[in-house]
Amino acid sequence: MSSDLEQLYQQIILDHARARHGSGLAEAPAGDRVGESHMLNPTCGDEITLRASVHDAGDLMTISGISWEGQGCSISMASASVLHDMGTGLRRQDLLELVDHFREVMRSRGALEADEEILGDAAAFSGVARYPARVKCAMLAWVALEEALLAAG
Amino acid sequence: MPVVSTPATLKPAPAALDNAEVLRIRNDFPILGRPVNGHPLVYLDSGATSQNPASVLEAEQEFYEQRNAAVHRGAHSLAVEATEAFEAAREAVAGFVGARGNEIIWTSNATEAINLVTYAFSNATAGRGPAAAQQFRLGPGDEIVATEMEHHANLIPWQELAFRTGATFRYIPVDDDGGLRLEEAEKVIGPRTRVLAFTHASNVLGTINPVRTLVELAHAQGAFVVLDACQSVPHLPVDVKELDVDFAAFSGHKMLGPTGIGALYGKAALLNAMPPFLTGGSMITTVTMEQAEYLPAPQRFEAGTQKISQAVALAAAVNYLQETGMDRIHAWETHLGQRLVAGLEAIEGIRVTGPKAGSERIGLAAFDVDGVHSHDVGQFLDDKGIAVRVGHHCAQPLHRRLGLVSTTRASTYLYNTTDDVDAFLDAVAGVRKFFGVAK
Repeated sequence: MSSDLEQLYQQIILDHARARHGSGLAEAPAGDRVGESHMLNPTCGDEITLRASVHDAGDLMTISGISWEGQGCSISMASASVLHDMGTGLRRQDLLELVDHFREVMRSRGALEADEEILGDAAAFSGVARYPARVKCAMLAWVALEEALLAAG
Repeated sequence: MPVVSTPATLKPAPAALDNAEVLRIRNDFPILGRPVNGHPLVYLDSGATSQNPASVLEAEQEFYEQRNAAVHRGAHSLAVEATEAFEAAREAVAGFVGARGNEIIWTSNATEAINLVTYAFSNATAGRGPAAAQQFRLGPGDEIVATEMEHHANLIPWQELAFRTGATFRYIPVDDDGGLRLEEAEKVIGPRTRVLAFTHASNVLGTINPVRTLVELAHAQGAFVVLDACQSVPHLPVDVKELDVDFAAFSGHKMLGPTGIGALYGKAALLNAMPPFLTGGSMITTVTMEQAEYLPAPQRFEAGTQKISQAVALAAAVNYLQETGMDRIHAWETHLGQRLVAGLEAIEGIRVTGPKAGSERIGLAAFDVDGVHSHDVGQFLDDKGIAVRVGHHCAQPLHRRLGLVSTTRASTYLYNTTDDVDAFLDAVAGVRKFFGVAK
């Protein structure tokens, strides 16, 4: 098997694509603000509905839950699963910065090295950046999260 | 003349195509010599777009180098030569499908060709066109019938026409083997049917539909028949007169020609009864500040500067196909299609859509890989230099009917060898293991 393909489909991605952490829309904790977003990639039919809840403690807003339902390729499903693991519990602002950083790496066509310190498991998607046609797959859940957080306010 | 005109009769076909001849054919296609991801290119996406032989590329270049000018206007020598080349191309393409030159309208693609018909019907419904345009008027109580296996291009324009006119849109369902349910067709097609639109060959299932049977059903009710011939004209001998369809659409880039050109065939009497779709320059006789009068077909439907170099190149493509022989191309692709299906059916976890091995189909196969999304299948194959199409192939309702969201499709043409098919099958056999869903 060529190393290029294995760079793209790292084991961590294949594992997440099967495990699908956060799959199944979950009820938000009582009192938390909730937002939902539905995203569709019309070229391939990949689809995701993502729900995010925000716990507002006055000066500190944290992500109390990220859950989702969807269908699609291993890249899009794994990326939603990783996002669930990474995002839950983060401060709202930190998560938004993480999304920005992830997008920057994805759009770099491989020019930007993914920083594992920052991106954690999401660094496994750095191989996707060299396949422009697949960047949308990796970004699907992350863009849905941004929308869901906007909706949650 | 730069354009090679259509021979009046096809040369007697030599022996069937074989791998040795296909290897010679491949030398005519420059792109097939390039490597992809370190492998020789295995191009199995001709159902989406075909590759061009050098003669097609040269025809386009020769036109621009020697004859480039606007057609049907201007009195200078280049304009005359360009017009002659453009009209000779029309004759060549018309001859290729058994039509007369004035029955072929150039469009940008097959999608535009079908939209042209629907908008001409709309305009007739709005009262435009000559008196004979009344026959195209649609309204509440009228029915437009398509099928469940249509490409969106032969589906949505009809849905929209129904919305605009108040007509009802209906469809013929498909059976589990990917054929049309003809007993249902007999029920759906009735006295209210005004249009029957269907595909000659399915771009997903590979099914070849019984055109004559359906035409007879429709004509018995006085309905017009519109044939999507995008997957048939490039791959098998098609004679629109023999099929007796009223309109047929096909596209240049699926038949060795360039992108940006397609054609609409229509029976001359119908075309000349239709109001125009796009209006503007080059399609009129007299224009006043109040109104305009229109040229007969085909010019009536060709407003604005035309796709001249594309038409000339498409004629070169048609010439290439005729010299090879459509019967021989069809026989070879049938062979490849059967090899594809039989090979795929033998791989665990693969579900092929459409007719089973041994049943008639064109040279393509779309399939589902259990546990692996089609995008991932396509990526895996691309890594080995194998180009296939993935997704819903512009046929979402058909995929829904099959219980699938997307499929992977391998589609062949005259330049594919059995080695191409075997390389593809070998690769597909490794997909599920790579993605960890099989040992």
